[in-house]
This record gives sequence, structure tokens and C-alpha cells, in this order.
Amino acid sequence: MFKYFPHTSEDIREMLDVIGVKSLEDLYAEIPEELKFKGELNMPSAMSEVEVRQHIQALAEANIVPEECYAGCGVYDHYQPSVVPYITARSEFSTSYTPYQAEISQGTLQYIFEYQTMMADLTGMDISNASMYDGSTATAEAMLMCVANAKKRNKVLVAATFLPQILNVVQTYAHYHGVDVVLVPEKEGVMDKDAAVALLEADDVAGLICCQHNRYGIIEDFTGLAEACHAHKALLAINSVASDLAVLRTPGEWGADIACGDAQSLGIPMGYGGPYIGYLCVKEALVRRMPGRLVGATTDANGQRAFVLTMQAREQHIRREKATSNICTAQGYMCLFVASYLALMGERGLREVNELGYSGAHLLHDKLLETGFFEDAFPGKLFLNEFTLRLKKGVAADFVRHMLECALVLPGVAVADDLLTVAVTEKYGPDSVEDYVESAKIYFSEL
Amino acid sequence: MNNKYYGKLIFELSRQGRVGYSLPNFNYEDAYKMNLPEEQKRQSTTLLPEADELTVVRHYTNMSNNNFGVDTGFYPLGSCTMKYNPKLNEELAQLPSLNIHPLTPDFAAQGCLAIYDETQRLLSEVAGLSQFTLNPYAGAHGELTGLLVIRRYHESRNDSARVKVLVPDSAHGTNPASAAVSGMQVVQVKSLPDGTVDVEDLKTHLGPDVAAMMMTNPNTLGIFERQIPEIARLVHECGGLMYYDGANLNPMLGVCRPGDMGFDVMHINVHKTFSTPHGGGGPGDGPVGVRKGLEQFLPSPVVIAADEYDASDIYFNEDTFCIGESGDTLGSVSGYLGNFAVITRTLSYLLSMGKENIPMAGKLSVLNANYIKERLKDCYLLPIEGLCKHEFVFDGLRPEYGGDHHDDAHVTTLDVAKRLLDYGFHAPTIYFPLLFHEALMIEPTETESKQTLDDFIEVMRQIAVEARDDREMVRTAPHNTPVRRLDDVKAVKEPKFTYKAL
Repeated sequence: MFKYFPHTSEDIREMLDVIGVKSLEDLYAEIPEELKFKGELNMPSAMSEVEVRQHIQALAEANIVPEECYAGCGVYDHYQPSVVPYITARSEFSTSYTPYQAEISQGTLQYIFEYQTMMADLTGMDISNASMYDGSTATAEAMLMCVANAKKRNKVLVAATFLPQILNVVQTYAHYHGVDVVLVPEKEGVMDKDAAVALLEADDVAGLICCQHNRYGIIEDFTGLAEACHAHKALLAINSVASDLAVLRTPGEWGADIACGDAQSLGIPMGYGGPYIGYLCVKEALVRRMPGRLVGATTDANGQRAFVLTMQAREQHIRREKATSNICTAQGYMCLFVASYLALMGERGLREVNELGYSGAHLLHDKLLETGFFEDAFPGKLFLNEFTLRLKKGVAADFVRHMLECALVLPGVAVADDLLTVAVTEKYGPDSVEDYVESAKIYFSEL
Repeated sequence: MNNKYYGKLIFELSRQGRVGYSLPNFNYEDAYKMNLPEEQKRQSTTLLPEADELTVVRHYTNMSNNNFGVDTGFYPLGSCTMKYNPKLNEELAQLPSLNIHPLTPDFAAQGCLAIYDETQRLLSEVAGLSQFTLNPYAGAHGELTGLLVIRRYHESRNDSARVKVLVPDSAHGTNPASAAVSGMQVVQVKSLPDGTVDVEDLKTHLGPDVAAMMMTNPNTLGIFERQIPEIARLVHECGGLMYYDGANLNPMLGVCRPGDMGFDVMHINVHKTFSTPHGGGGPGDGPVGVRKGLEQFLPSPVVIAADEYDASDIYFNEDTFCIGESGDTLGSVSGYLGNFAVITRTLSYLLSMGKENIPMAGKLSVLNANYIKERLKDCYLLPIEGLCKHEFVFDGLRPEYGGDHHDDAHVTTLDVAKRLLDYGFHAPTIYFPLLFHEALMIEPTETESKQTLDDFIEVMRQIAVEARDDREMVRTAPHNTPVRRLDDVKAVKEPKFTYKAL
């Protein structure tokens, strides 16, 4: 007897009789004896619920959990309204399958349709798909789209100012897919636009992929880039932090053909790396090149509006090796986090989130400079809620460790021995900033 | 499930001036107020809704009532292993102390790293392999990662000629698609009439250009590939590797491990075999395992345990685990360490099951599948007789029950599937595998009781009778669902992907 198995011994006997075999082992009669696993698995015996809970809680408690988190680099400690975990915990959503049977899946289909609407709107594009795995794989898929669209061109330019964890994934996909990725060099903390334009001149580039909120937190300027790309028949893809787009010029407004990135910033917990949700949005002309699921509106036999998975002819279960991607299901459930978050926040809320992050980050930035222990890594650059400072003495990782152990504050990400990238969200205000700066002062003055 | 259709969109509930959030009112000096240059500002307003909290809660609650899930009813969904999703797993995945930033320094993330390491070790034992990466985000992503391990292996031996991946014609659609994304060519291997791989046909494709053979065993028809030792021998002899698609791992649990069958690389769909929720289409997680000798090719980052660490003792300190890179890594396929919360659910399930219950899951899933098959084969056409494993395929209704293919007005598999919805069951997987015209693929999983199976069998028999006696009613099903059959053609011809386009 076990809580996840409903079979009584009588059930088993009756069922074996119907099948016409004598024992459960006989159900495997055709498997050659030498292939069968003998003995027992080298793993623990079944644990009770109490024991499993104790075991995993004990492991979890080995983490040092900061009270304040100023780490960013693509993942942000935003406020999550209590409604989001409450709604997403509904098992009608979480335990359902991919909505192929539209008649009994309107819940899933509707929230994905809302998500698509919201993401297309935020990015200023025409169409969003129903999610990718995360921001790094969404960016890699954008690269594959550029190459597929160009047909005979195999070179994609990628800004060197991307976060390394995104670049690694893009380069891995490129290497095995035979795409020639050329990094556009960095100049004073941003992508060297002149270098990008010069590379486009060769007329062999399928696309350029840039990042709007880059690895240092700097907001890059794309003036003239779309025109340069399109003059040379290359696509422009822009990766943004989703939450920023309530206030920043959108990829659509910059003239991009593809917008991609991570939407963790829209109501999804940090959760040590996942699940998050990658977004991928395009201008209408590219919809048939888009990977992943798409939900569309249609009508049912009674003529009422309803929603359905559509344009499946692009996908692996129909096209097999000729599909636009091997992606099957991605992060459907995470669309519900984003949709319910944005339903609550609206434009005003998302704008306030940005304003608070901006104010907090600029205050912390200035106060840290005032201590005399830091300097701007790239002075005078535009940033929103994240910035990078150079330590005048000491080692960034040591500072991070000290702050975590002594103040339960994760003060940022040590991105190099002497560089610290710091992000501030709406959760932390002037008092927190002051405490942070005081702790830093004490640490560095005693160094 | 509520059969009354809700159908509203949040945009339709929006009224100007409503808010659904509250944020701190920090007082910053004017100098710190947001001030963006004009050319960097968003130019347009958004279409985001304005709604109060109760409106939002009711909206999504009503929406959920139009959704079917494992907690609502039975999914006889072939190839998808829709088993019960234990609630303990949900509780533990959401522990506040696991909700840390992914770039937390290793010394402060030992708990997360320990969960990753322990799950990896348990999966290796269950699969009969040496080491797993838990980084891939989904089954198809795992397939791609596994194939990249194989490419990296050949690359490391300077063997650039191996560009072909052999895939049986019954394979899941992701297999050939993953092979294509990994930059290799797909070669289809024929099946015999009994649905298993035609070894003679396989032999004609073997050569110095073969990188790997991808298989799932039991195959997508639920038939165990008895020739697997011979197939593995042939592929290995020609220098290729054997890839196991873990989609059908459930019936093999504790009975016959992929590593022992001769597979070198595999992925596991933890949302199938290890009970993590499907979430209406993700997130899953697609761990990839390798046999001894291939560990160094796994993707970065990897979790490395200190040499002196004894997993059976599980005592550790702040230096026990660290994040690193394996020597000859294929690169990276994920930003961080996979869908971590899904990994925690997997561990919770593995520990709850233990060594006693894992082998029972496989056996009971096979019992359930064979029971349904035996009790329905007089109404539905069973193209391949004999014992199946966790799933089996019917080729539509039998001719005497309205399923005669030669009759243009016959009742199709789609019709049967849609009629099932009226009775409160999810449909089986239909029109896959592609080997039959009217494929209807049933997989009950071990968590369903004989009562549920008996109810399902009764309904399936009832539908067969209806198909014989009242064909039109079945052909226009469903009748009792929140919405009726949808116009798929219109969805493609007049595409509308946003509220704005409506």
C-alpha cells in the first residue's frame, strides 16, 4: 500500500485475470532476462511525508538567505503581489496539459492570449509567442530566426555587452548549428555602434542582436541601427528586461524586427534560476518563422469567441526535422504569472516600479561614490535600476561575502575582482540604502 | 470543471482609474526622480488593463473553472504520462529559503546545490548511468542537449564525418526536430509490421557518418524493442552512440534501466516520469544523463561536490559544493541551473517513492494499460496484439462500430476524442504515431484506480455504441463543454494573436 497507488491486491488480481497473465512480473515476459535489473536500487527507502519535509527543509536551511537582495544581472528581486502565487496555485491551471483539447482548456488558452497581448504591447511588436524557456534561449532562437529568414546568410552580429550567461547559450547554439557569431566589441561600457555598422557593410549579415539593458546595467542607445540593418537586409533583434519597457523606448519603437528576453521581472520569483519565462515577439512579417506555440482567437460551432493553439504547421509535431525549432512546450504556466502580475500592476504600477527602482539605484550609486571607496566603471552612462562600480580597494567577492555574513544583505554581483554590479528594486527605499552604505563604509575603512 | 463558458478577457474588465497593487511611498528628493532623455523614453502608452484586486482574482478564478487538469479528471493521454502531481512537492518547491538569486555566491547557496546534487545522483541510479545535468528546461531541450553531448564527443575525437542521426519512423516529433537544431541530418529507420525497429533496414544506414541512434524503449506504440542489445551492438560497432528518449521511461522504472540496455546518453521528462506538474505546457525539466566516460561533455554550469563528500552521509559545509565547468563541456544551454523549483519537486517525489515504490510505478502503469486494452479491443481496432507496456495504440473504431475507413462518413478518432470530453475525460493522444490513419494512443499511468479505469472503459464502449447508432451525435461532439468544436481553419486564415487584433 502506498499513497500514490490506488490498487488493492484484489484489483491487481482481477486485472491480471482479464489480461490473462499470472503476475505483475509476467507483464514483462518479453524482455530478455539479461536486460532486467536485478536486486534493488541503491537509494533510500520510501520516506514518510514528515521525513521528506524535514529532509528538504534541512537542505534549504543551508542557504544563507539575505533580507535584502541587490543582485541583478538579468534576475531581479521585485515585489510579487500576493494574488500572483494565490492564483497560480490553482491546480486547474498547474495540473493541466498543453491545451490541444481547446474545448476543455479555455482557461490556459485565455491567459496565454492575454500574455501574448501584453508582451506584444510592452515590446511594441505585433505578435508574441506563448513563451520560450528563458531569456538566454529566447535570444538564441532569435539568432536562429535571423539565419532562417536570410536563407543564404550565416553570420549574426551579437553585442559583446550581453550578460555572459546569455552569450554562452547563444554561442553554443551557434556553434552546433553552424552559425557564424561575430561579437560587436564593447566601447566604454556599451556596444560600439560604429563597429556594428562597419560589419554590416559586408552585406553578409543575417541579423544584429543587441541588448538594451546591458551587462553593466547601462541602457544602450540604438539610434540609427534599424536603418543601418535594414539598408543591408539584416534583421535587428533587441533584448530587453521586460519590466523596463513600461518606461524605455520599446524595441518596436527602435525599429527592431524581433524583441526577445526574459520576463522574470514581471512577477516571477528568483527561485535560484528558474522556472522563468523567455519572451519572443516579432513584426507580423516574421510570424511564420517564429518558434514555439501561438494562441489565436477563433469561433466555436455556436459562433462564440474562443481561443485555440494555431499555426501549428511551423512546429515539430507536424514538420518534424523541417520545423522552425525543436521546442515543444515551453513555459506555458509562467505566462499566468506574467498575465496576472500585469493585470494587477497595469501601466501605472509598472511605471511606479521603474521610478522607485530608478530613484533607489541612483541614490545608492551616488552615496557609494561619496564614500570614496568606489568609482563609476563607466561614468556618465544612462541607467535605470542597475549600475556597475569599480572598487578602489579590496575584492568585490570578499565584500559580497562580508555583507551576506554580517548584514544579511546580498550587495550585488561581483562580476570581476574589482567590479560590483548593483540593482535596486521597489522593495528597498532610502533607509535600506543608508544601511547598505554604512555597512560598506565600515567594511572598506577597516580594510 | 464548470461547463458554463466564462470567456472574458482582462482588457474587457479594465476601467480607467482602478489599481490592483500598492507600492511603498518612498520619499526621494527631486534630484533622484526618474529623468530619462526624450529619445530613450517609451513613446506610446500601453494597453495594460486597469483593474482592482477582486476583479483580477475573480477573473482568473472563473477562467480556471473552464480548465481541465489532473486534479479534475483522468487523462488517458499517450506519451504524456499524466500522473498525479503530489502536493508535498508543491509545498517544498516554494520554501522561502530556496527563493534566492541564481548568482548567490556558492557558499551561501549550499542548500540549493545539495538539492541539485542529490537529485542528480538519484536519477543516475534510476537510469543506470554515471552523471546527470539538470540544466535543460524541458524534454525537447534535453534531447537537444543530449545530442550536443554526442556531437561534442565526436568533435573531441576529431571525427567530423558523423553528421547523421538515425531515428525510427515511429519516433516523437521532437526527435528529428532536435537533431536538426543540433546541426545534424536525420535518417529515418523503418519499422516492422509489429511496430519495432527493422534491424535489416537499420544495417543499411550504418557507417562512418553515423553520430547516433535515437530511440525510446518501449517505443511510441508501447512495444518493448526486444532487439535492443543487437541494435546497440551494431550502432556502437560502427562508432555511433545510443540516445534514449526518456519520454517512455515510466514502465521501465526499476525493471530495466536505459544504461543497462546499452544507451550512452538519455534525457528524462521529469514532468512525466517524476510527477512534476505539466502546467498547461511547461515548465518541465529535461535532465540529461550520460554513461561513464562522457561526463566531461555535459553543459556548463555543473555542480561539483568536494572529493571527500559522502552522499550517503549528506553532512556538508559551506565548501562542499561549488559551481564549475566540466573539462570538455559542450557549452551552455541554460542561463543557470535549470528550472530549479522543478528539480526540488523531483527530489521530493523520489524520496517519497523510495527504492520500494519506484519499481511498482512502472509495473502498475503497465497493468493499467493492458487492462484497458483487453477490455476495449472488441470495439476499437488493435493493430498490434500482445502485451504492451505503459501505453498502446488503437487504430480507431472497429468497422462494425462506425469506424470503416472506406466509408467517407465514418466516425473518426477525432470524433471519439471530442465525445470523451462530454463525459468528463480528457482525450487520448490522437493521430500519433504516424504509422496508422486513426491512431488513438492511451496511457493511463499507475496513479489511476481500477474504478476510474472501469468508468473510462464503460464510456469508451458507450461511445462505440453511439458511433454505430447515432453517428451524427458523435461527429458533432462535444456538446456539454464550455465551448464547442473550434474553427481551426479560421484561426489560421484570419490570424488574431492579440486583443488589439480582435
